[in-house]
Amino acid sequence: MANRQPRFESWGRYPTLQADVLPLHWATDFPPKSLPSTAMLPVGAGRSYGDVCLLDQGTLLSTRALDRFCHFDPETGVLRCEAGATLAEILDFAVPRGFFLPVTPGTKYATVGGAIANDVHGKNHHIVGTFGRHLLSFELIRSDGSRLLCSPTENQEWFRATIGGMGLTGLIIWAEIRLRPIVSRKIQYQGTKFVGIDEFVALSRASANTGYTVAWIDCLASGRNFARGIFMQGEHSDQPEPLSPSKAARLTFPIDLPEFALNHFSVGIFNALYYNKQLGKRKTGLVDYEPFFYPLDSVLQWNRIYGKSGLLQFQCVIPWEQGTQSGIVRILEAITESGLASFLAVLKVFGDKPSPGLLSFPAPGITLALDFPIRQQISFALFDCLARITLEHHGKIYPAKDARMTARQFQAFYPEWREFARYVDPRFSSAFWQRVTTLA
Amino acid sequence: MGATSAIAIATCRQLAARKASFYLVARSESKLQAVAGDLLTRGASAVTVKLIDLDDTAQHPQMLESAVAALGQIDLALIAHGVLGDQEQAQADYSFTEPILRTNLLSPVSLCTWLGNYFAAQRRGVLAVISSVAGDRGRKSNYIYGTSKGALNIFLDGLRNRIDRYGVQVLTIRPGFVATPMTAHLRRNALFAEPNTIARGIVKAIERRKDVVYLPAVWAAIMLVIRSIPQALFKKLNM
Repeated sequence: MANRQPRFESWGRYPTLQADVLPLHWATDFPPKSLPSTAMLPVGAGRSYGDVCLLDQGTLLSTRALDRFCHFDPETGVLRCEAGATLAEILDFAVPRGFFLPVTPGTKYATVGGAIANDVHGKNHHIVGTFGRHLLSFELIRSDGSRLLCSPTENQEWFRATIGGMGLTGLIIWAEIRLRPIVSRKIQYQGTKFVGIDEFVALSRASANTGYTVAWIDCLASGRNFARGIFMQGEHSDQPEPLSPSKAARLTFPIDLPEFALNHFSVGIFNALYYNKQLGKRKTGLVDYEPFFYPLDSVLQWNRIYGKSGLLQFQCVIPWEQGTQSGIVRILEAITESGLASFLAVLKVFGDKPSPGLLSFPAPGITLALDFPIRQQISFALFDCLARITLEHHGKIYPAKDARMTARQFQAFYPEWREFARYVDPRFSSAFWQRVTTLA
Repeated sequence: MGATSAIAIATCRQLAARKASFYLVARSESKLQAVAGDLLTRGASAVTVKLIDLDDTAQHPQMLESAVAALGQIDLALIAHGVLGDQEQAQADYSFTEPILRTNLLSPVSLCTWLGNYFAAQRRGVLAVISSVAGDRGRKSNYIYGTSKGALNIFLDGLRNRIDRYGVQVLTIRPGFVATPMTAHLRRNALFAEPNTIARGIVKAIERRKDVVYLPAVWAAIMLVIRSIPQALFKKLNM
């Protein structure tokens, strides 16, 4: 029985769509005895930004209560758990036992099912690839009740379609992932200031063998400071230390800020402070993994900073070819011209480890991710412009963050979509999927 | 008992991290196996599962004896099974009331009778029983459920009064709204707590040897207010 829960929102809180929520508590709860008359979509923690986890007038299959661990082998680090377990719950369990996630996105509050469905990547993509590469197997339940055990060797085509398959191929009920050993919570960190995309690329090349690399950039700085930023790199510390579990986050962002709070001026001040927090060119030290991987998770519901109207994320990858850097520069210039402020701008070089996922986003090249408050026409015009630049440079946009790309753009970014469509469960859909498969 | 209930699972996870051994009782084999696997993975030393319908009180003594045999001895018993029932059906037709009282009241009373005597003879033990704030006062919207929990509260008060002197802790747990499958059909509001929050409160109340605990604690204040409304006014309210 679907229930009357408050509206399910994605992390960007845009768009706002009304759907029933059917909570699944046990592996046997799906498919229900009588299927809802509407289309269905499995959802986890709602940490994707746009509409991949939304379905207007549909039934969302909430997997959050499917959070049980099934088995853990402390010799190999292989964990089998249900799909609704969050990465935070895995870390709380694994870190005291000397293990860490093989790949983690910028939030630990995503679920395992969501991490598979969006084939998430992290700061170590250049070395280990996406989350999907570390999956040993998972079980998929289709709306007709059939069950498929999927792995690189069994039901291989379903394995490929489901990784990065945005929840459309069926309900992932459990998954088996290989965790990596650690001896300390600490990360050996180095921050290096840079100015310009060329210096960023040079730093990335020089640190190609460092476990984790990412850069924050100030996309409001112009003139000789254009594309200034801090290049951050880290490795798990090899000095053994007690592996205590993390403390629960205590701060919750209390209110929806009014729209005017985030503007060119306030973000400019934030960016200048952030850039200058590090005084010298280089800074090194040991930091806990929490602030290194999840700086924003320490404040719950930080998306309220963007107010009721929500936020849009833009994340693209521009592949290596003639003019990769100039593509990134064009995007940054378009943002500066728009006058819209983003204080979370992230650059990273993706590696060339292929994902098993058919529709997986990462590709060898430079990825750029930015947050914008939604200011209707201005934001939408900017996003359309950024999508065009991305297309001209043969790049693509990340569905997990998107609420704006057109069907034509999606189909150009992901020519594999037709092959993928064959694996979509006939009773499943999403607002995203409806948008990008309907040509206007 | 009622090991597949959301509050029981969350509480057992806390205890599994301390390497406890479990004897889990519930009706569904597949759910019990899922919970057993979860607790073993999280550090439980041993898990035995027992499939029975706890409404069948005749089976209780034998089930509890097999629990003692499996565990060696019982240190802590958590009674967590219950049904919300359908107030509207039950107020119209007693045949719907009786099963609610059987599951929420008679079954725990039977279990507590055996366990109370066992713990008293053992001169130690913790008997933790999940009741509800609904047992504090009869309200038109759910007084059948409230009756089962209110009567259970009085039974536990009396039992505590009898066996506390033998070193036995009888803990009456009175949660408010909890986001569980039992309440999945209700509209969620700010007063709904997560099972994990309730579980942490239960473990803390056991450690502090409390008698009665409201979870989350704000419910102690809310129920103090509700209990103090005079009947003349209360009977006019829609609660």
